[in-house]
Amino acid sequence: MSGIPHDHYEPKTGAEKWLHSRLPVVGLLYDTLMIPTPKNLNWWWIWGIVLAFCLVLQIATGVVLVMHYTPHVDMAFASVEHIMRDVRGGHMLRYLHANGASLFFFAVYIHIFRGLFYGSYKAPREVTWIVGMIIYLLMMATGFMGYVLPWGQMSFWGATVITGLFGAIPFIGETLQTFLLGGPAVDNATLNRFFSLHYLLPFVIAGLVIVHIWAFHSTGNNNPTGVPVRTGSKEEAEKDTLPFWPYFVIKDLVGLAIVLLVFFAIVGFMPNYLGHPDNYIEANPLATPAHIVPEWYFLPFYAILRAFTADVWVVMLANWVTGGIVTAKFFGVLAMFGAIIVMALVPWLDTSSVRSGRFRPMFKWWFYLLLIDFFVLMWCGAMPAEPPYSTISLIGSAYWFAYFLVILPLLGVIEKPLPQPATIEDDFKAHYGPKTPAE
Amino acid sequence: MFRKFTLSALAALAVTAGAAQAAGSEGHVHDTDFSFEGPFGTFDQNQLQRGLQIYTEVCSACHGLRYVPLRTLADEGGPHLPEDQVRAYASQNFETFDAELDDTRPAIPADHFPQSNLPNAPDLSLMAKARSGFHGPYGLGINQFFKGIGGPEYIVSVLTGYTGETKEEAGTTYYENTAFPGGWIAMAPPLAGEDVEFADGHSNELHHEAEDIAAFLMWAAEPKMMARKHAGFVAVVFLVILSSLLYLTNKKLWAPHKGKKHA
Repeated sequence: MSGIPHDHYEPKTGAEKWLHSRLPVVGLLYDTLMIPTPKNLNWWWIWGIVLAFCLVLQIATGVVLVMHYTPHVDMAFASVEHIMRDVRGGHMLRYLHANGASLFFFAVYIHIFRGLFYGSYKAPREVTWIVGMIIYLLMMATGFMGYVLPWGQMSFWGATVITGLFGAIPFIGETLQTFLLGGPAVDNATLNRFFSLHYLLPFVIAGLVIVHIWAFHSTGNNNPTGVPVRTGSKEEAEKDTLPFWPYFVIKDLVGLAIVLLVFFAIVGFMPNYLGHPDNYIEANPLATPAHIVPEWYFLPFYAILRAFTADVWVVMLANWVTGGIVTAKFFGVLAMFGAIIVMALVPWLDTSSVRSGRFRPMFKWWFYLLLIDFFVLMWCGAMPAEPPYSTISLIGSAYWFAYFLVILPLLGVIEKPLPQPATIEDDFKAHYGPKTPAE
Repeated sequence: MFRKFTLSALAALAVTAGAAQAAGSEGHVHDTDFSFEGPFGTFDQNQLQRGLQIYTEVCSACHGLRYVPLRTLADEGGPHLPEDQVRAYASQNFETFDAELDDTRPAIPADHFPQSNLPNAPDLSLMAKARSGFHGPYGLGINQFFKGIGGPEYIVSVLTGYTGETKEEAGTTYYENTAFPGGWIAMAPPLAGEDVEFADGHSNELHHEAEDIAAFLMWAAEPKMMARKHAGFVAVVFLVILSSLLYLTNKKLWAPHKGKKHA
């Protein structure tokens, strides 16, 4: 499958040959597991396994939770309490599922920022990156709809606010919003369709994960130097790589076990820390909570959504140019989705020919600033939309767009990159001594 | 109309979110040391039983516990009453409407606690998880990491936070309370101290009563807490061993390829 030369599966026994000529599934698994992997991968490369684990965990716990959950506005909240109190192990299942969503997003953010730093999105891995961004969008849709299912106050009001965003789209907004909700407001029809989609989308994600893996198995992994694996001959390639099994499987499992250690401590000892207390109050369409906040993993983009108020000059300009069609609310929606779209387009916005941030002395600092910006926006998203937070959100949002639309295109032109190692083998040897003879 | 409704929700987000955070309107919640805090904290069975007594004699006049099955009073990791006592407690204190009889009958352990008697008295089943304290510093949630989310502490703070001042608005009396958001609560002070007599002779001063009922409501909201912490502890110990073994395996696996690390 990979463009890197390596040994392929050879059926030996009669039975193996029989199956291989009809369905080469063993060969597919063998080639997938034995893919030559750059041997200098660091610990930032373990999060893919963590994400795969999260998807399996969420589907496994979710399938069982569904057996006890009732998607009806009058019964949903009580059925969650039934899971927490009467279903054997139900409280653990639900806490694993709820905190599993947090782990999923925590891992995906590290995975994305790792890609941004080491230039994993650059040619020839653009398709891997785009598929990853689609997975991320589907994760957000799934996470959002899952949060609606317990039918607490934040479920209901979060759903009201977020679906209200679609209502801000000019001309078709109102129709679209009614279509999404299945009625004029968040109600039983909304809960039912969200339930259905919350069950469906993870399987779409699973399919895309296979495409994601297929894509980077075709190009080979990126690595911390960004220098490609030598593909001239099998001997050359073997100096730069080691097979995924067992070297990287075991290494990834070390990482996974340590991540799960922290995860289970949170589930066991503070399972509600990342949730919102208001979601333990049953949804009430007549009582608006004092402070509607989304889950922590949406906060940076929520801050961008709220940053563009009617008194910001770009918003006023857009409003004037379009003759009032682009309102402040619609501008906020465009900015929120735009923030993700510019990230998806980064393979074409970054003009530098050097992949890894390690050899880009100026890029490095702008990247660290983007990382800080992400946390500042996350914090602003949790705070009320008033000064000074509104101003900080605006500066943070401006930097987010500037990074992708101005800084990355310019850096490729003005930056003088540091010398890169000639091969992955050289980089590896610079860290570790000569091979000790095999035992 | 519904569009307006959605818009007003968005506006509410911008306006009232700010108002809630504005200085003084967020009530003050003081930290209380509970036996169930921290990774190894457990419920104090005697305290839960005292809390149950306060709930039965005082709170249940207005408030319900509709999600809590009466039988769970016998559960380990909870008040752990003997089963015959649970049966007696259910039948002596509560009546349930039975659809088959088309009439009310004394409650049995399989029934839940009743709903609130007053429409504006909130159900208390999840109150200890539906409230919080210790926001901050600067909305970062660090205080909650160390002190807990603050639900039971909020309950103690409200019950002991009455200043004695009252005001009347549109025919309703409001009582000034230092913990309640906004400072004025519609609930008259439910506890004054010495409201109940405990069989075990435990102090019935106001702050003791407040802590006992808060602990009981924490159990009502999170009845499987002890089992959960136990499972968490087992998982953590298992993963410490597993990750150590995997680490050593990984080290040995890579050793021939790595040689000695430079500096």
